[in-house]
Amino acid sequence: MVNASRRSVLKGAGALALATTLSTPSIVRAQEKALRIGQLGVMSGPEASWGLVNKYSALATAEMWNDKGGYEIGGTKYKIEIVSVDDRNDPKLTVSGAERLTGSENIRYFIGPNTDTTATSVRPIAEKNNAIYFPYAFARSLYTKPAENAILGMIASYQVAPIMYQQLKEQRGVKTIGFVARNDSDGLLQRDEGVKVAQTLGLEIVSSSDTYEPTITDFFPVMSNLVSLAPDLIVLSSAAPAHAPQMMRVARELGFQGLFACEAAQDIKIINEVAGEYGDGLISIGGASTPEIRSPYMEEFIARYTKVAGEWNDEAGTKAYALEILLATLAAAGPEAIDDIAPFKAAIDGFSMKNPFLKEESQLTYVGTGDFGQKRQIGVPMVITETKGGAFTTFAISSVAS
Amino acid sequence: MEQILVNGTILAANYALIALGITLIFSIMNVLNFAHGQMFMLGGLIVYYVCVVLHLPYALALIAAVVIVGLIGMLFEDVFFQRVMRISNREENTMLLAVGTSLLLENAALSLFGEKQRAIPPIVSGVYRIGNAFLPASRALVLVLSLVLIAAVLVFVNYTKTGRAMRALAQDRTATLLMGVDAKRISTLGFGLGAALAGVAGGLLISISGVNAGIGTAISTKAFIMIMIGGAGVISGSLLGAVVLGFAEAIGYALIPGSVTYLLIFVALIVFLLFRPQGIMGKPAA
Repeated sequence: MVNASRRSVLKGAGALALATTLSTPSIVRAQEKALRIGQLGVMSGPEASWGLVNKYSALATAEMWNDKGGYEIGGTKYKIEIVSVDDRNDPKLTVSGAERLTGSENIRYFIGPNTDTTATSVRPIAEKNNAIYFPYAFARSLYTKPAENAILGMIASYQVAPIMYQQLKEQRGVKTIGFVARNDSDGLLQRDEGVKVAQTLGLEIVSSSDTYEPTITDFFPVMSNLVSLAPDLIVLSSAAPAHAPQMMRVARELGFQGLFACEAAQDIKIINEVAGEYGDGLISIGGASTPEIRSPYMEEFIARYTKVAGEWNDEAGTKAYALEILLATLAAAGPEAIDDIAPFKAAIDGFSMKNPFLKEESQLTYVGTGDFGQKRQIGVPMVITETKGGAFTTFAISSVAS
Repeated sequence: MEQILVNGTILAANYALIALGITLIFSIMNVLNFAHGQMFMLGGLIVYYVCVVLHLPYALALIAAVVIVGLIGMLFEDVFFQRVMRISNREENTMLLAVGTSLLLENAALSLFGEKQRAIPPIVSGVYRIGNAFLPASRALVLVLSLVLIAAVLVFVNYTKTGRAMRALAQDRTATLLMGVDAKRISTLGFGLGAALAGVAGGLLISISGVNAGIGTAISTKAFIMIMIGGAGVISGSLLGAVVLGFAEAIGYALIPGSVTYLLIFVALIVFLLFRPQGIMGKPAA
C-alpha cells in the first residue's frame, strides 16, 4: 500500500514534472514570441533627424504594445522588437543594411529608408528577399506597378502642393511664387512637381533655379537672390527641419514680407530656436499631432515618444502611423503573414481600422490608387499647418483620394 | 553687387576662424585634423547648452566653448596623437586616428544633444543697410568678433614667446628642439588653440544659423578646401583661402543659376592644384 502509494506519488510527480516540462516551454514561447520589425534610414549626419524620428516612433509604439503584453496576431501575443540600421543616407549602406535586415536577420517588414536615392536602391533587395518596406520618399516608381513591395509612409509633396497652393491663392491672395530647392534628387523632384502645380494654378513663378547643397552652412547668399525678387510665397522644396528655419530667418532679415511653404514636415522647437521672432508664416505639412485633432492614444504616444527620444518631435506625428498600420495589417492578414508577405499584400486593399491617433471617428486605410494605380500609401490625414506665435496652428485638413 | 560683397565678407570671416585653427594644428603637428568640423560643432552645442539650458550669458557660453573644446583638443593631442606619432612612422595612422576622433565626437554629440538643429536666441536684433545691401546686426556682430579673434590669434602667434615657438616648430622641428623649446608642450598648446578656434567659430555661428550634430563633416570639407587653396600649414595662406572660398561662394550663388557653384569651385580647385599643388602661399615640396 505504502509502496503503491509511493509509486503513485512518484508517478504523479513524474507526470507533473513531464507536464511541466512539456507545458512550460510552450507557455514561455507564447509569452516570449517576438515579432521583429526592421527600421532602416539615415540616423547620422545632417539628415539624422529623418531616420531617428522613424526609429523613436517605432520604439515608442513597440514599447506601448509590449507593455500591454504584446501585439495579438492570430490569437498569439507577440513582443515587438525593432532592429535599426543607420544608412547615413548613403545608398551603398542602405543596400547592405537591407541585405542584413531581410537576409541574415530574416525580417520581412521594415520602415524606411528616408530619401528617393536610398529608397530606390532598396527596391531590388526587398523584391528579391520578399520584404515589404515603408519608405518616406516620393519617387512614384517605388509605388507603381510592377513595383509592389513599397508603401509610402507619408503624404507626397505632389499630393499636398495642389491643395496647399490653391488655399494660399484663395485665402492669402498669393500671386507670385519662388522656389529654392535642396540640390538632391528629393529636393529637385519636389521643386519640379511644385512648379507644375503652380503653373496649373496660374501663379507667376519668379524663380525656380535657386538650389543649395545639403551640406550648406550659411543660407545668406542663397536667399539673397530670391528675396530680391519679392515673391508672395517662397517654397522651400524638401527643406530639412534643420534648414527651413535658417532660410526663414535669413529671408526675413533680408526684408522678405511674404509667406513660406514647405511640403515636408517641420519641427516647431527648431523653428522657435533658429528662426525665433521670424518663425511665423510657414505653411507646411504636419502629422496627426496638432492638439485640436489628436486622440488620447496620440497623447499617450507623444508621452512615450518623449520618454524614448528625450523630447517630442512634430515629425513623429506623421511617422507614428507606420508601425501601427503594419501591425494591424498583419493581424488582419493572419499569422502566416509574419513570414510571408503574400497574405499581407492581399490584405492591403480591403484593410481598414479606426484611426487611433484622431479623436474624431475616422478610418485608417491604405490609399494611393489615384497616384500609383494601386494602394501603396498609408492614408495619413493631410494636416496643413501654419506657424503662428511660436506654435503650429491648423491651416487646412484634407486627405489623399483612395 | 553690394550684397555680394557683404555676403562674401561675412562668409570669409567665418571661414577664416575655421581655417586658422586647422592650419595651426597641421603646421605644428603635421596632422590633418579630420575632427576639426566636429570640434566646431561641439563649440556650437556647448554655447547652446550654456545659453539655452543653463540660461547663462552668451559671453560666458563662448568662453566655455573655447575652454572645453580647447581642453578636448589638448587631451586628444596628449593621449592619442602624441602616442600614435611616437610609435608609428606612417602618416596615414594619424589621419585614421583623426577620422576616429571625428566619429567619436559626432556620436557623443548625437547622444548628448540629440539629432535636432540647435540655436540660441539672437544676441542682437535689427538690420543695417549698406547701399543696397542688407547686413543683419547679428551677422555684423559675428563678423566683428571673428575679425577681433583673428587679429588676437595673429598677435599671439607673431609676438608672444609661445606663439613664436609654435611658428618655429612649424618651420623647422629639429632646429626648434635644438634651441631647447619644449616641443611636446608647444604641440599640445597648439592643438588646443586650433581646437579652441574651431569651438569659438561654432559658438559664433550658432547665434546666426544654428548647428547640429551632423554638421562637422561639411565644415571639415570647407576647411580642407581653404587650406588647399592657401597652402597647408601657412597661416596667411589659410586666411587667403578663406577669403577666396567665401567670395567664390557669394559670387557663385548670386550670379550662377542652379547648383553649379560648388561644382565649379571643386573643378577650379582641381585645375589649380594641378599647377600649384602646394597652394598659393605654400612652399613646394623639397
